[in-house]
Amino acid sequence: MTVATLTAAARAAPRAPRDRTLLLMLPAGAMLVVMFLAPLVLFFVRTFTEFDGTAAEFIDQARDLLLSQAYLTALGTTNWISLIVTATVLLIGYPIAYYLTTATGIGVRIVVLSIVLPYFTSIIVRTFSWMVLLGEHGLVNNVLVASGLVNHPLPLMYNRLGVLIGMSYVLLPYMVLTLYAAMRAIDPSLLRAAASLGASGSYTFWRVYFPLSLPGVLSGALIVYILSIGFFITPALMGGQHDIMIAMLIDRALEVAVDWPSAALMSLTLLVVTLVLYTVYYRIADIRRLIGAR
Amino acid sequence: MRRWPNRLLRFYVAMMCLWLVAPIVIVVILAFSGDGYLRFPPTSLSLQWFARFFGNVQWQRALLSSLVIGAIACVVSTTIGFFAAYAFLRSEFRGKKLLLSLMLTPVIVPSIITAIAMYYLAGKLGLIGNFVWLGLCHAVIAMPIVLLILLSALHAVDPNLERAALGLGGSRVRVFCRVVLPLVLPGVMSAALFAFLASFDELLISLFLAGVHSQTLPVRIWNSLNLQVEPTIAAVSAFLIAVTTVILGAEAILRQRQAQRRRAPT
Repeated sequence: MTVATLTAAARAAPRAPRDRTLLLMLPAGAMLVVMFLAPLVLFFVRTFTEFDGTAAEFIDQARDLLLSQAYLTALGTTNWISLIVTATVLLIGYPIAYYLTTATGIGVRIVVLSIVLPYFTSIIVRTFSWMVLLGEHGLVNNVLVASGLVNHPLPLMYNRLGVLIGMSYVLLPYMVLTLYAAMRAIDPSLLRAAASLGASGSYTFWRVYFPLSLPGVLSGALIVYILSIGFFITPALMGGQHDIMIAMLIDRALEVAVDWPSAALMSLTLLVVTLVLYTVYYRIADIRRLIGAR
Repeated sequence: MRRWPNRLLRFYVAMMCLWLVAPIVIVVILAFSGDGYLRFPPTSLSLQWFARFFGNVQWQRALLSSLVIGAIACVVSTTIGFFAAYAFLRSEFRGKKLLLSLMLTPVIVPSIITAIAMYYLAGKLGLIGNFVWLGLCHAVIAMPIVLLILLSALHAVDPNLERAALGLGGSRVRVFCRVVLPLVLPGVMSAALFAFLASFDELLISLFLAGVHSQTLPVRIWNSLNLQVEPTIAAVSAFLIAVTTVILGAEAILRQRQAQRRRAPT
């Protein structure tokens, strides 16, 4: 596919004369290079070159860090939390996106609004609201205790469960919007054809609709996973001492130990994984739908 | 036969919408609490926390910082992003998709890494606490959103209109200002609104770069959540939610107008 697009572009290129419109891209490009790319490159290059010690010492230290108990635990925690969040959000989001493509009228508007409002609300505000709900004397525990379902307030926050609830809440809109965009592209006449050939509703869904929606599932899962592994705010506020994710470890290396080399090294590993996954996303998904834009 | 699954689906979606909206509604209700601490449901209603928020000098300063930084980010990213989106659509070159994917990386790179890298650079340049610099950093983060909105807005403008105006003897700049700009103005405005919102809600970069003097509202909320949760946060959160709601409402109106304009016979 890429080869085809490349050759098509190559064929189209000579026809379009190099005109000056392209110059309008310069300010944006310059800004991105100076304020985004340069800081990243500088951060990594300078921290590694400013390291006082020999190269062998540096490699030793790097190996110690990347094999340390704290780093490996955080790595496991990060991946585990990200996987669970991705799966949860997919299971919750799929029926919502499906509903959005089938329903019409006021129902759609209400659903879209209830997805878009949290989506554009500050993450810190959304996390705060869950902290209020899940606290020891929060609404959820009050209802549970008052209804007699439990005798004592449940520990819903400052543990893994709190992180999972908070992150799923924050990331659900990304999944629904990605799935919705993919499902809208499914040709409804295919479903009608299946039905008219005598397929039952569930048969049509599982054998026709679901396979056609899989690219959307994959790109939604990828984007949620990519965002999950770099999450900081929600796990930092809602997690306990056993829920340290990589991003928090990076922050601690800097805030507590002022250890730039460690922070840079961990950042580099996280960045590489993120960019590799982004490349996969780039291959399979429409990049223009990246953040649910239309 | 298909009734039951449909009803079940509708019920499920309704419950999920409730789950999505409830936390936001609860924070707004809490902001009007008359109690001395955060408790839901509140036993009495009052405006005391809003009075604390708007009456406190530190919160006022945070609000002002947020507004100024948001304005800088909004103007810079919308202007630069508009030119980029226009050039992007109106020219043919190799690796277009790749370039776009590169320009969108600021939303993909974990914000903790972006924040630390920007902090490193600002530290070297002595720009920590400088709100213009912080506004520019936010503009970088807002740029992908601006680009995507404007690409789709400009996509809807028929290039033949431009060609016609050029053919009738308009200069490039004149055609740009008199034909292209008016046609995409609603798109530009909604891009500007979302760029402002992206900056207004941004936490991590502000946290690292703000220093003591240009702390934004999210930074102050963060500090308070980490030390001691003061009920004023509910009022500040309600304020941020209100800003989001107003911006989403304005954007919906803009989109409706644009749709009407397209439908109207010309």
